[in-house]
Amino acid sequence: MTVNETTTRQTTTVPMLSVRGLQKVYKVPGGDVEAVRDLTFDLAEGELVCLVGPSGSGKTTLLKCISGLMEQSSGTVELAGSNVTGPPKSMAVVFQEYGRSLFPWMTVRANVELPLKNQKVPKAQRAALVDAALKSVGLDHVPKSYPWQLSGGMQQRVAIARAVAYRPQVLLMDEPFAAVDAQTRADLEDLIRTIWKQLGVTILFVTHDIDESVYLGERVIVLSSSPTVVQEDLKIDLPAERDQLNTRALPHFMELRSHVYAEIQRAKLGPVTEQITAQRRASLPE
Amino acid sequence: MRKRRRASAGPQARALGLGVSGIILFFVVWEATPRLGLVRERYLPPASEVLVRLGRYLGEASFWKDVADTMTSWALGLLIATVAAIIVGLIIGSSRFLRRATHTTIEFLRPIPSVALIPLAVLIFGTSIESTLLLVVYAAFWQVLLQLLYGIADVDAVANDTAKSYGLGPLARVRYVVWPTALPYLMTGLRLAAAVALILAITAELIIGTPGLGKQIALTQSGGAISSMYALVLATGMIGVLINLAARIIEKRVLAWHPSVRGEVVL
Amino acid sequence: MSPQKRVGFFFGLPILLILLWWALSFNSTNFFVPKPVELAQTLWATWVGDRFFEDVLPSLGRLAVGLFFAIGLGIVLGLLIGSTRWLRNLLEPLLEFFRAIPPPVLVPLLMLLVGVNDGMKVAVIISGAIWPVLLNTVEGVRAVDAVLSDSCRSYGIRGFARIRYFVLPAVTPQIMAGVRQSLSIGLILMVISEMFASSSGLGFTIVQFQRNFAIPEMWSGIVVLGLIGLGLALIFQLVERRVLHWYHGLKEITHDS
Repeated sequence: MTVNETTTRQTTTVPMLSVRGLQKVYKVPGGDVEAVRDLTFDLAEGELVCLVGPSGSGKTTLLKCISGLMEQSSGTVELAGSNVTGPPKSMAVVFQEYGRSLFPWMTVRANVELPLKNQKVPKAQRAALVDAALKSVGLDHVPKSYPWQLSGGMQQRVAIARAVAYRPQVLLMDEPFAAVDAQTRADLEDLIRTIWKQLGVTILFVTHDIDESVYLGERVIVLSSSPTVVQEDLKIDLPAERDQLNTRALPHFMELRSHVYAEIQRAKLGPVTEQITAQRRASLPE
Repeated sequence: MRKRRRASAGPQARALGLGVSGIILFFVVWEATPRLGLVRERYLPPASEVLVRLGRYLGEASFWKDVADTMTSWALGLLIATVAAIIVGLIIGSSRFLRRATHTTIEFLRPIPSVALIPLAVLIFGTSIESTLLLVVYAAFWQVLLQLLYGIADVDAVANDTAKSYGLGPLARVRYVVWPTALPYLMTGLRLAAAVALILAITAELIIGTPGLGKQIALTQSGGAISSMYALVLATGMIGVLINLAARIIEKRVLAWHPSVRGEVVL
Repeated sequence: MSPQKRVGFFFGLPILLILLWWALSFNSTNFFVPKPVELAQTLWATWVGDRFFEDVLPSLGRLAVGLFFAIGLGIVLGLLIGSTRWLRNLLEPLLEFFRAIPPPVLVPLLMLLVGVNDGMKVAVIISGAIWPVLLNTVEGVRAVDAVLSDSCRSYGIRGFARIRYFVLPAVTPQIMAGVRQSLSIGLILMVISEMFASSSGLGFTIVQFQRNFAIPEMWSGIVVLGLIGLGLALIFQLVERRVLHWYHGLKEITHDS
């Protein structure tokens, strides 16, 4: 059993997002369920990392713990060096259920503006940020519409615009394109990469779609099935300029995605041994 | 409230414990308020006095006769109203023309408060049970009818058309397509009607003086038997609670298969 | 639907019924049932004039005040109780009990505690009309969307802002459903409090007519009550349509899909 190790950045600067030994145990009638056993990884500033795993690998649990929406049972999450205990200020989340994450009684513009309004950002500056965000997702022509008047893809763009306008340091995305049709998904994937390059924001992108994870990410972290640990941390050495047509046709793309696919199949077979976890732990800075 | 089992036996037991303490707290406050002189004892007897009187009532035959009178007009009125509403509802609901034609009439008649009929009831029926029935039936009828009409309107057109194309006649369609869709609405209507029927039954007894708990409450109040009055108020409240509970239990049983009652299981 | 058809449906059945009534009562000497023309005349004669200002307006005024406080308190308390879990658990059995007490029963009770005056009548209205709004609000707060709640938390929208931008708008559909019930309960209680314990007001007047066997006047009173009920329903519909235009739009879309 070999573990494909990555060339983890041995930097002296503090990683933007640092997860150490994250564990989550659910107490349900009948006993305890360990959803996540031990998650340990770092995200450097400005990285775009994808998290992929089989269903039931606790991806949503993990995201909720990292975003401060749920308390973990043990382990730490640090954002730019400070401990995450509740939803941190410089983090934004984009959820899968776009229909339920936007306020149906507010227009598109009001939705995007709300987090800024809440932070007491002055009006002129707010307007500028909102305009820029709507423009960057291609929705500057529908500010007065209501979310439910828009298609699914457009609604998700609104949610993304809201996160962009907020100017977070870290953007968490929880399978944001899972509920959207394939054509729209391709457009949105490119949108993410564009925004990422424009803003230089650190993105943790959770998905179940293997192709998507390889297409988008600079790194792909493969999760095992529950009780979840990091099965593999794979560097995606595809060119920085990617597009749907050409990149996906590259032989190296095929190799990478096959590799990830194989890893996920392995992950489905059963929980990973302590040995692998220990090995990984040892290779990361404390 | 000790947790006997691990984990999630806790929160439910805690909720129950809080609920019970709420009730106890209420009675404590009720007991203290007149005793501390915050309100004249004449107007608000202490809880203990009222509870004792209520206990005595439970042993008196006249009390149970009043309960029976109230419950009889309640049940009878509810029954008549439900049957009438189902018949009218099915007739109206079965045809788009009828639905449209009756819409304004229903919207006009519906908001008329049933208490407006009190003088009429007194005039025609005096203080006999028919007076109460007039009010109860009128109020309960609308509750059931409206919910039933909502339910019939909610029938999936595709399902209905499919049934038609398979040669199911109107009666069969009612049984297999309309009824299952409308049933939850009907249950809601019944639950609302049951509560409204109690209110109107008591109202009729209170104002008109037909025999029942409402009449007794009016008598005790005018006669100065204040603890008795409060005891009877508690009794009607408890009957109301029992009716609500029964309606909910029946609703759950009848609709056990229905997704709206089953609820989602979210992990 | 063409405008003629629409008008036809709107007025058709009512006009038909009125004509039927007129035809049947044409030659009758029935003491109890008035004739349509006679009723209309009596309606005008009885209610337009002094009586409107002495009885009807004060009654409506009490109703308005009672409903205002019932709805206001219902919303505020409902938000508070719905958002605080321990408070909700503490009060839930009590609230279930209080809402089950048939409101008319509180008339003699409040007569005792508050006396026979305007305050009592308003208190009666409040004590009955508050429950649908209160309980619906509590239910609504419990059932707010979890994803939307998480979005608010992750963007740091807390406390008063959370209530203003999230909870309150989200609960408004339930509040409006409660308000609709409150309106009819309030009206019923207004009439009952006046029939039972009053020497003025709409309810009292109608009962007086009945006691004095002034039948057409009594009927006219019933019609007035019906008109008030209708008026309230219309006002409610107008307000609801404005306040919940987003909700109706949303329901249309999700219902079709």
